[in-house]
Amino acid sequence: MAKLPLNMITQRSVEEGAAMEKGKTNPDYFEACSIIELNPEDMKKAGIWVNSNVKVTSECGTVVVKCIHATQYCPPGLAHIRQGVWANQVVPPRTQCTGTPQYSGFPVTVEPAFDEKRKTALQLVQGAVGLWKGAN
Amino acid sequence: MPKLITQVGCPYCGSSCDDIEVVVSDDNKKILEVHNACIIGTNLFFHANDPTRPKLPRMRQADGTMKEISYDEAIDWTAKTMLAAKKPLIYGFGSTNCEGMSAVARIAEKSGAVLDNCATICHGPSFLAMFDNGYPSCTLGEAKNRADVVVFWGCNPMHAHPRHTSRYSIFPRGYFTQKGQMQRTILSIDPRQTDTAKLADVHLMLDQGHDYELFDAFRTVLRGHDIPDVVAGIKKETIVKSVEIMKKARFCMIFFGMGCTHTDGRNHNIDAAISLTRDLNTHTKCSIMAMRGHYNIAGPGQVWSWIFGFPYCIDLSKGTHAHMNPGETSSVDLAMRDETDCFVNVGADAGAHFPIQAVQHLKKHPFITIDPNFNMASEIADLHIPVRIAGVDEPGVVYRMDNVPIQFKSVIDGLPGVPSDEELFDKIYERMCELTKTQPVWLTAKEDRKHPSNISAVNEA
Repeated sequence: MAKLPLNMITQRSVEEGAAMEKGKTNPDYFEACSIIELNPEDMKKAGIWVNSNVKVTSECGTVVVKCIHATQYCPPGLAHIRQGVWANQVVPPRTQCTGTPQYSGFPVTVEPAFDEKRKTALQLVQGAVGLWKGAN
Repeated sequence: MPKLITQVGCPYCGSSCDDIEVVVSDDNKKILEVHNACIIGTNLFFHANDPTRPKLPRMRQADGTMKEISYDEAIDWTAKTMLAAKKPLIYGFGSTNCEGMSAVARIAEKSGAVLDNCATICHGPSFLAMFDNGYPSCTLGEAKNRADVVVFWGCNPMHAHPRHTSRYSIFPRGYFTQKGQMQRTILSIDPRQTDTAKLADVHLMLDQGHDYELFDAFRTVLRGHDIPDVVAGIKKETIVKSVEIMKKARFCMIFFGMGCTHTDGRNHNIDAAISLTRDLNTHTKCSIMAMRGHYNIAGPGQVWSWIFGFPYCIDLSKGTHAHMNPGETSSVDLAMRDETDCFVNVGADAGAHFPIQAVQHLKKHPFITIDPNFNMASEIADLHIPVRIAGVDEPGVVYRMDNVPIQFKSVIDGLPGVPSDEELFDKIYERMCELTKTQPVWLTAKEDRKHPSNISAVNEA
């Protein structure tokens, strides 16, 4: 299946905020943040089904997230992952000399990954620094 | 009898709502009900009831597990580790009170650290634009009472500041805006049709990352010049119509957020926004405000500016004077260049909210997390020190997004033995002074300090 090039933004949502205040290891946080919002046209183009997993790749990493129809309309060509652990697996740390990373407006490719599982927040962060002891 | 506490401040977003009511159990230990707050604030207060909240510092062992240690050991380890480091980085402060921010300054100075706050990954570019171009701003009260045209540029308060629109910007009835929403015209500039954009009279769905062009087009039209038929994906007619609305306003209020600071252009977008505000003031009254994210993220900007002269990215490693140069002394850049050899994360979660590569670089060196709860930064830290939750079981001064200071109260008793940020930083500072055989310098103004208790004896010694 072809990889679909898209422009990625990562921003806040009230679901993310509400879940974060319950704790980042809470299942609500996992459900609120490990998702990508796409335009239905783009999903069709890439052969992605609603509520199936996709692999998002940027210049500096990949992450598996669940694809849903945008809760707040995304135009074709734009993708949105809510701010949080999953988004930051692909956010480029380049800052244009201001200290602020490129959280919004960076190129990614999105492809179906029906058989791949989403990782938990702990698995991603502890895994990145070699502390994850659980199963992969 | 459960008690009702009124006029409680909410320690979540930059709106810093101070009309929350909380019902607490008669022993002052448990929060039973939360009134008036949004879902995020409600969850935050109830999370303080969590019986699994950490009560002792935890140190990572050789096998990767965490073991509970005493506060004295944790304070000793932190002081020694920070003194041994050549350039420690202290980052966070999105969620603490100003007392804690002031106390940490002594530690930063003593250890020659870089002192940075969440603005570095948030409204840092806004600061840069303000340095260059000024900040013609006002208070949220003025926005509520006067603004009849409200522009949301790259911000989505319905999600990030859930009560902002009902308290200050869209719905409330003010002194000159007695018809509330009926009297206000709302403009939203956002590449998505956000829930805020759905409330707007005009939604300019621009091409993502083209904010600068659009701001420029607004200014060009305002100055009476012609623009191309389409700018940043927006038709000329829509831009001209929007400018007319802003020009005819009695008081125009521009709120801007992460849509401007996280994307290409960064501070230059804000620069253009401030220039647009200035231009509009030749026709009517116009004001601009940054939608600050946390309830007290304006606090470090204030506190450190009066201590060091800079709001964020403060490099104290020279030992003689503070110096600030975002891009060089900013947290993510320091991490990516491996220029820091000890990381202290306070009241924020760098583990979750920094790009993961920056976290990997930071984790090469001692990693200390000071936070009331378990989060990603605490779960990868070498040492996690729990503290009280400012605004829940610790009172303090906070600065709302419009830089108005508010005294927050505590609603429940803190966990026994768990210090506030301020107490913890003071103890670490005192330990640092012991280790370096120097005399601690306490401010005499702080006579109501909690630690050390015998301040006069300390000053006389």
